[in-house]
Amino acid sequence: MDWINQLNPTMQFAIFSMLKVCVVIFLAVMPIVAYAVLVERKVSAFIQDRVGPNRAAPFFVKYLPVVGPFLVRLGIFHPLADGLKSFLKEDFTPAHVRKVYFWLAPAIAVVPAMLALAVIPFGSTLGAQKMVIADLNVGILYTFGIVSLGVYGLVLAGYASNSKFSFLGGIRSSAQMISYEIAMGMSVIPLFMLVGDLNLSKVIAYQADGAWLVFKQPIAFVIFLVSAFAETNRLPFDLPEAETELVGGYHTEYSSMKFALFFIGEYTAMIAASAMMVVLFFGGWTLPFAGLDQPATTLVMGFAHIGIFVTKMLVLMVVFIWVRWMLPRFRYDQLMDLGWRRFVPLALANIVVTAVVLWALHAK
Amino acid sequence: MENALFYIFAALTLLFAFLCVANPFSRNPVTSAMFLVLTMISMAGLFVLLQAFFLAAVQILVYAGAVMVLFLFVIMLLDIKEEERRRFNRFAIALGGVSVIGLGFILFSTIRESKVGAGLKLTAVKGSDTAALGKALFTEYLLPFEIVSVLLLVAMVGVILLSKKDLK
Repeated sequence: MDWINQLNPTMQFAIFSMLKVCVVIFLAVMPIVAYAVLVERKVSAFIQDRVGPNRAAPFFVKYLPVVGPFLVRLGIFHPLADGLKSFLKEDFTPAHVRKVYFWLAPAIAVVPAMLALAVIPFGSTLGAQKMVIADLNVGILYTFGIVSLGVYGLVLAGYASNSKFSFLGGIRSSAQMISYEIAMGMSVIPLFMLVGDLNLSKVIAYQADGAWLVFKQPIAFVIFLVSAFAETNRLPFDLPEAETELVGGYHTEYSSMKFALFFIGEYTAMIAASAMMVVLFFGGWTLPFAGLDQPATTLVMGFAHIGIFVTKMLVLMVVFIWVRWMLPRFRYDQLMDLGWRRFVPLALANIVVTAVVLWALHAK
Repeated sequence: MENALFYIFAALTLLFAFLCVANPFSRNPVTSAMFLVLTMISMAGLFVLLQAFFLAAVQILVYAGAVMVLFLFVIMLLDIKEEERRRFNRFAIALGGVSVIGLGFILFSTIRESKVGAGLKLTAVKGSDTAALGKALFTEYLLPFEIVSVLLLVAMVGVILLSKKDLK
């Protein structure tokens, strides 16, 4: 590995950044997306007292004596079959659509969700490398900015499809995302008043020193969690697709891989939201015992930190999935009412109360 | 490197802004709005080159992410076909011409006043620029800041008043 050390710092930075991007996207996010779909189907089956996917069995299973049938019963091979199906199905473009936007929209739905992951510190260090793709000083603002671009995917999909149901879905999503972005953005302000920095690594360091922020700011966490459901278009807030009223909402006219891209976008947004919550409220890659709250000095510790982060994130994703199958869908006016009349004032009050408490503590 | 990036982002900003107001290929308002979003994003790139990360993030968050989504929302609710058919009217051209001349004059005189290029150097703000911006807003520029807030409040009250159908 000597040749890496001989390169100048800029080249090293570029190479390691590329490496981190590739590893995070292709070895972490994509498999998690694929298997989150499987978990979703299995959890829904469990909740509805069914068995769930248990059939997909590739040819090599019969050579595995006990493990093979067990894996088939778990549905381990279903995501592969799903992916293959998405690629092989006919990619049908209806005649009445606006072609340019129709082709752009699925990509625009996926890209922001992935970009949002760039500032998330998913581990402390491995060797000399910090385990974050971009350690920005305005990390949280970057995430909110990028996430707010995600709405264009859905709005343009609704517009491009040129059909009533898709259009209503697109319009709904734009109003919903804007409303909940405000509540979400205001809910995290008290955190940064406590931490005193917008950098996400500093937020984790602050939590490693004291308690996790979920205990200090429970109201902020509740608002953020509910807003995250609305921002990722998950039930109980999936009004933009609302199958019972709008057929499939913004993706009614989409088929094959374009449809799958919306799916990937939704699950990537879920990953990003869970990762944000882990960083902001659950101490990121730290655990408050066994010396796991300090930046790693050895490779083993580095991997342990990444493992802790991923575990916390997966737990939150299961919460996302679990809630989807437990709660019925909101009505649209209820959704808006909850956002504007409940969460925005609550978040504002939380900011004021935190400011007063901080002022009282610092005054003496 | 930074010079090249500046020229790339400046060119992109100008190109997208041109395509936003005078797109020769499409007179679709949605296309214009999307090009305005791209203009905003390229401008955020320029802010990043000036080390103003906070401004860049807010530019994307507020303008590209919120204001333009509302624009798009309104455009989609309007009857687009009628908008496409409508051609230039003289009043709009006259008004636009006056604005361009006025803005050009302001820009020109500002550039002449500030003597750009004469040993001008970008001084990096100490610490995080977010904190520095906040301090500047709430100490030095408190009065203008409050005046703008009141202006926004007035606009908001006005909108609520206008959107009420029956006044009691």
